[in-house]
Amino acid sequence: MPLLEIDDLYTNIRLKQGEVKAVGGVSISINAGETVGLVGESGCGKTMTGMSIMRLLPASGYIASGKVKLDGRDLVAISEEEMRAVRGNDIGMIFQDPMTSLNPCLTIGSQIAEAVALHRKVKKAKAMERAIEVLNLVGMPKPQERINDYPHQLSGGLRQRVMIAMALSCEPKLLIADEPTTALDVTIQAQILELLDSLKDQLGMAMLLITHDMGVIAGRADRVVVMYAGKVVEQASTEEIFASTNHPYTEALLASIPKMDGSVARLYSIPGIPPDLSNPPTGCRFADRCRLASDQCRDNEPPLVTNDQNHSFACFHPVGIEANHVKITLKVEAEEIQRIEHADRKPLMVLEHVSKEFDITKGAILQRKAGTLKAVSDLSLTIYDGETIGIVGESGCGKSTTGSMMVALEKPTSGKVLFNGEDLFGHKPKELRLIRSNLQLMFQDPYASLDPRMSVGTIIREPLDINKIGTSQEREKKVISLLSEVGLSSRAVERYPHEFSGGQRQRIGLARALALNPKLIVADEPVSALDVSIRSQVLNLMKDLQRTHGLTYVVISHDLSVVRFLADRIGVMYLGKLVEIGTGYDIYENPAHPYTAALLSAVPEPEPEREKTKVRKIIKGELPSAINPPSGCRFRTRCERATDLCAKEEPPMTSFGALHQAACHFPLISKVEIRTGAAAF
Amino acid sequence: MSKIDDLDEGLSGEGGDNNGIIGSNSGGEAHASGSQLKLIVQTFLENKLAIVGIALVIIAVLFCFVGPLFYHTNQVTTSYNITQAPGHGHPLGTDQNGYDVLGRLMVGGQSSLEIGFSVAIIATIIGVLYGAIAGFIGGVVDTIMMRVVDTLLSIPTLLLLIFLAAVFRPTLTLLIIVISAVSWLSPARLVRGEALTLRVRDYVKAVRVMGGGSRRIILRHIVPNAIGTIVVNATFQIADAILVMATLSYLGLGLPPPAANWGSMLSDGVNYVYDGYWWLIYPAGIAIILTVVAFNLIGDAIRDSLEVRLQKR
Repeated sequence: MPLLEIDDLYTNIRLKQGEVKAVGGVSISINAGETVGLVGESGCGKTMTGMSIMRLLPASGYIASGKVKLDGRDLVAISEEEMRAVRGNDIGMIFQDPMTSLNPCLTIGSQIAEAVALHRKVKKAKAMERAIEVLNLVGMPKPQERINDYPHQLSGGLRQRVMIAMALSCEPKLLIADEPTTALDVTIQAQILELLDSLKDQLGMAMLLITHDMGVIAGRADRVVVMYAGKVVEQASTEEIFASTNHPYTEALLASIPKMDGSVARLYSIPGIPPDLSNPPTGCRFADRCRLASDQCRDNEPPLVTNDQNHSFACFHPVGIEANHVKITLKVEAEEIQRIEHADRKPLMVLEHVSKEFDITKGAILQRKAGTLKAVSDLSLTIYDGETIGIVGESGCGKSTTGSMMVALEKPTSGKVLFNGEDLFGHKPKELRLIRSNLQLMFQDPYASLDPRMSVGTIIREPLDINKIGTSQEREKKVISLLSEVGLSSRAVERYPHEFSGGQRQRIGLARALALNPKLIVADEPVSALDVSIRSQVLNLMKDLQRTHGLTYVVISHDLSVVRFLADRIGVMYLGKLVEIGTGYDIYENPAHPYTAALLSAVPEPEPEREKTKVRKIIKGELPSAINPPSGCRFRTRCERATDLCAKEEPPMTSFGALHQAACHFPLISKVEIRTGAAAF
Repeated sequence: MSKIDDLDEGLSGEGGDNNGIIGSNSGGEAHASGSQLKLIVQTFLENKLAIVGIALVIIAVLFCFVGPLFYHTNQVTTSYNITQAPGHGHPLGTDQNGYDVLGRLMVGGQSSLEIGFSVAIIATIIGVLYGAIAGFIGGVVDTIMMRVVDTLLSIPTLLLLIFLAAVFRPTLTLLIIVISAVSWLSPARLVRGEALTLRVRDYVKAVRVMGGGSRRIILRHIVPNAIGTIVVNATFQIADAILVMATLSYLGLGLPPPAANWGSMLSDGVNYVYDGYWWLIYPAGIAIILTVVAFNLIGDAIRDSLEVRLQKR
């Protein structure tokens, strides 16, 4: 008998008018000791399924019908009091954001002890002992000392460890992890996932891993359940689902993720957006977006059928049986390299030994200086006309600050930013305004970057108004042509941002950035706020616009696969320093810097074979403070190869190939002394 | 069904790509149809108390400004027909000077409403600009500007008003200026708080990248986005000003006779409270209460309907 059996679960959420049918008949079973991955886009009901198991639905939500059986006991039927004994004791839960899930007023020790005291009916001192024990278990350094810390004193990764410790303190039989690593950096994500995996084996518990990240699923789950619009569309073992996908949605989802090996030239994108669940369509819910849909799909709902490989799917036209797979345009590697090397290498922007330091001040009026935060230190970079440069690194490494300096939002503390050979900050404000129209920014959060009080037409016209370009009619015309270029109809002009989906908003943002015919667009995390299927639309559009407008992109992202897809050359930053730069091939297949290599191995890839056999070089510890960065090589505190030399001397940038440079005393590949005069980076 | 589906035209220039067309479906996020304003008005009108508030304000305005055109009374010369009980040509009786109470209520309401609206407009404009500038610039400028506000707020309003009213001979304009001078402080604080959060928004950053200046950011982006707070505060400000005016008049520091005002009517009536002359107290008192409550109801409803916009996005 399975440990947890969800049988035909329906969960609804009441609205002012009508109801959202968030979960529409989901059946999942989890065996003891098994990890089941639950994937899907946002709004597909995966979190609501998790919450229904715990009966922790929002006030307006309720379980309409169905059973949730834990060890044969129906959790839907029991009283609230009995349910409280189950929560934390039999089922533990980890939430996405460790900052908001911990009480900032209580020490972490007392928060963990609280859970123990509640379920085990033990004295406080005993509960504290247990707290130290579980903190030790989750790999918290020096738990005896940390037990009296408050959540704000811990980093994001350590906070998530505390959350895990809380969830595990009573040794639950089932752990529900809802996007446990989404808010964390890749290196920390790898640590936490590794920890969850080993704890699961150690304690023999089952895990329901809810995530949108196919890569996380590939490496960690035994079985995968794919949800779409409140329904399970496909369910199989992890190997099976990646190797022989049957449902077109799963296939499309996998095809819209950029590959880490950079082989894809153009991503598949699922047309449209998920259906409105307050009024779900009859028939297959994916039919409107499906490339294989027929009239049968629109009229009848396909049942979930299971084949002999224990692989179930709900589709009339499964992929791989009747129909062909989606076509993905692959990159022609030789052409790509030629394009980079034979490009008209005219430098567009040059950063010369640029540093940016922020003063940390104390006091309201006097603002005494308490220290300096070294966001970017001595960074030199040349951006050539028409290329795409990617900048990757963990959060806090200075990549966004670098982007701000490129568009003249931040003035560097020292060093120069040259645009077309002229110093960007050597101008009077009026002249800077003129130059600035060549430099535009694309924002991360499509909800925050558009003024909610302005219509889309006004938003796109604003840059033209500010720079007094053209007459009123010309501006109107330009707005319409920009909208059509980003794939929106002219009817959008009258509408307000809140009427658009995330992907459409991101396109409006792009249209606004293009209004001034910029040369360079700095895209700061352009797709990280978007869902996987929407992401590929925006990424494809960015590539198209680059071709038609001759744009130069600087793509800043923590997502290495996105950068690999877009960028010609990639720079890796660590704690304010550029540690390595090279072509996609140089960085991803042939990294010289140990940090680059470790970063790459931390990224979960949607390929189970590779994920399960991968030798992970997990970076120990956390990013040091940028206020007092380590001497010499800044990575030395987390580096396996570090010696005394690394502490004493800062490694200089050395060449490893025509376009490949890295700053390390003990690189992973041998140095090449070719074309040193080229000053390629 | 939302209207989102007809907005997409698919990516242009994607010849031969089978996944070129985007948005051929229906549905998606539950969006409201039509403009924001329509939605706000719609939610506002769903609130029954708001309708009551609006109705009361309209009645008050008609009563005070249109009423005297139809109901002619002598509000200038006194007569011997004093403190007459309601009835017989005087629906609400006469006061201690022989003026008709109903007519006086109309004339007195005029100055109350005029002061209420004028103060709300002046105080809001000054307060919003002051607060927006302080919040947007931030740092030392913000600190100094807000300490000035704190200092002024620490002076008891009534004390200041009594002092000013004692020194100067009160006129309508002077009262408006004086009440405005103490009323702009709270919108300044509120808007400064809003500006602090709005100035770091991405769309403000976007204006800077376009080359837009501070004036544009404050007037086109920060103020419109703080409009909810501003409008709500303004409606409360009307009510507050009417109350302050009533208080001053009650203390005998309002407009000198023969000018009438609800507060002074109440103050005069209080002298006769033991004589059972209820018509000198209740009409003025109820008029003040109803007007203040009406504006508060409107303010609450506006706040709620503006928040709905954020919920539905």
